[in-house]
Amino acid sequence: MDKVLKIDISAEKGVVELLKYLLQNDRVSGVFTLRKTGSDGSFDYALITEPGLLEDAIPLHPFMHVNAGKILSALPSMRKPVAAVIKPCELRSFVELVKRSQGALDDFLLISYTCGGSFPYKTTVKGQTDKLLPEFWKAVKSGLDSDSIRPTCRACEYFVPMNADITISLIGEKDLDSKCSIFLHSGKSESMVEGFKAEISKGELDLSRFDSLVKKRKEQKEKDFKELNIQDSGLDGMIDIFGKCIGCHGCSRICPICHCILCDFESCAYDYDTSMIENELLGRGGVRVPTDTILYQIGRLSHMSFSCTGCGLCTEVCPADIPVSTIFRKTGEKVAGLFDYVPGKDVDEEIPVTIFKEEELSELGND
Amino acid sequence: MSKEFMPKIISFLCKWCTYSGADLAGTNRMKYPPSILPLRVMCSSRVNPVFLIKSFLHGADGVLIGGCHPGDCHYQSGNYYTRRRFAILTTIFDSLGLESERLKLSWISAAEGTKFVRVSTEFNEKIKSMGENPAKKKIFL
Repeated sequence: MDKVLKIDISAEKGVVELLKYLLQNDRVSGVFTLRKTGSDGSFDYALITEPGLLEDAIPLHPFMHVNAGKILSALPSMRKPVAAVIKPCELRSFVELVKRSQGALDDFLLISYTCGGSFPYKTTVKGQTDKLLPEFWKAVKSGLDSDSIRPTCRACEYFVPMNADITISLIGEKDLDSKCSIFLHSGKSESMVEGFKAEISKGELDLSRFDSLVKKRKEQKEKDFKELNIQDSGLDGMIDIFGKCIGCHGCSRICPICHCILCDFESCAYDYDTSMIENELLGRGGVRVPTDTILYQIGRLSHMSFSCTGCGLCTEVCPADIPVSTIFRKTGEKVAGLFDYVPGKDVDEEIPVTIFKEEELSELGND
Repeated sequence: MSKEFMPKIISFLCKWCTYSGADLAGTNRMKYPPSILPLRVMCSSRVNPVFLIKSFLHGADGVLIGGCHPGDCHYQSGNYYTRRRFAILTTIFDSLGLESERLKLSWISAAEGTKFVRVSTEFNEKIKSMGENPAKKKIFL
């Protein structure tokens, strides 16, 4: 059973109060949360140690401009843990990075929430967020999908956080504006939150009420996969889809799993010298430059698809509107399925390419 | 008279087993198809999946990886990693609708010269029946 805290203020304010309490009582070294940075509706993640600065914090804002998992992994280890409020997909990405020795769970008090999704970049860039917020929260309260969230979020069934120390219940909470329910999952969070004024009880997050939403999201996902229809068209289909790629490699830069400082595909190992170009021309009579666009995409799939958490940022940043995320999730699920692997679920489960079992895949290689 | 299609099969062969197996076939004067283009690697796990993708996209009609039987790896466990990577890559190929049948993994020991001849001949026949790799003439890739 988890410890449940209930406070009689709105969910967002409740979280801010909790963060303030943690900071003021020196339970944490700092707080990592979304915060308003400008008057024009711009937001940023910030690491805060001054409680006063939390006035502008909007920890539950439905916006993801970068994957916080990647930012957390870049933060240095501090005297005490940092309380971080992040989305479930960001948390899963962080766990994947921890498996790759790019961060430590002990450095953070991980606070997450049942996530209703995020708005696309463009709505925020155009300053339309405020108009959409009322509809968004109304949908979250009634446990439905908002019309304004990203297509990737609409096809995401992992909206209940895994591995969080603290979970804030949002989806399906009718009185979000006046009540805030906080679930403490670990001894770590219980000792940190100790003394915080709230109505305390025992209980567990009722997962059964998410059944219909999970089902709907899964159906949407299957529909997206079907519409993509990449497996029937083969090479020509690949050319159709990736023909638009401008080779900016933004998808790998934003990807939380792609943590390599020098990406293999940006190294000189993939440079073409005169003889290679001549060879290509001899064989094909023409060559697309820059070269190796599809090699980059399939290569990246082979590097990280099994760890894809489906955060959807690759699709968001693609200037050519290639549905990168749908392709990676679709392939990633198949690949991870080979080893019954769910990215970001269990921090002790090693990533599929670093381990093996002697008895598995015995049908391969026998002639 | 049209020329008969002669595939190109890029073969990454482990120095400790399959490459020696191919050698054995040679010293025993056994014939294997000239379409096999052997590349010696120190272990089948040296083969980066990107090598296979690159070979495929640059028009290789087939790609063969030859390694030691499971449990016999010269470096204890290299071939187990190869096996996982190969499974991952073929799954990726299948999900993208690319011809994963053009990729082949085979365990052939240094003593199995005959097996090397058999496997390479069979694979060559299979590739012949599949025809040319369509990637060969695509300008975009």
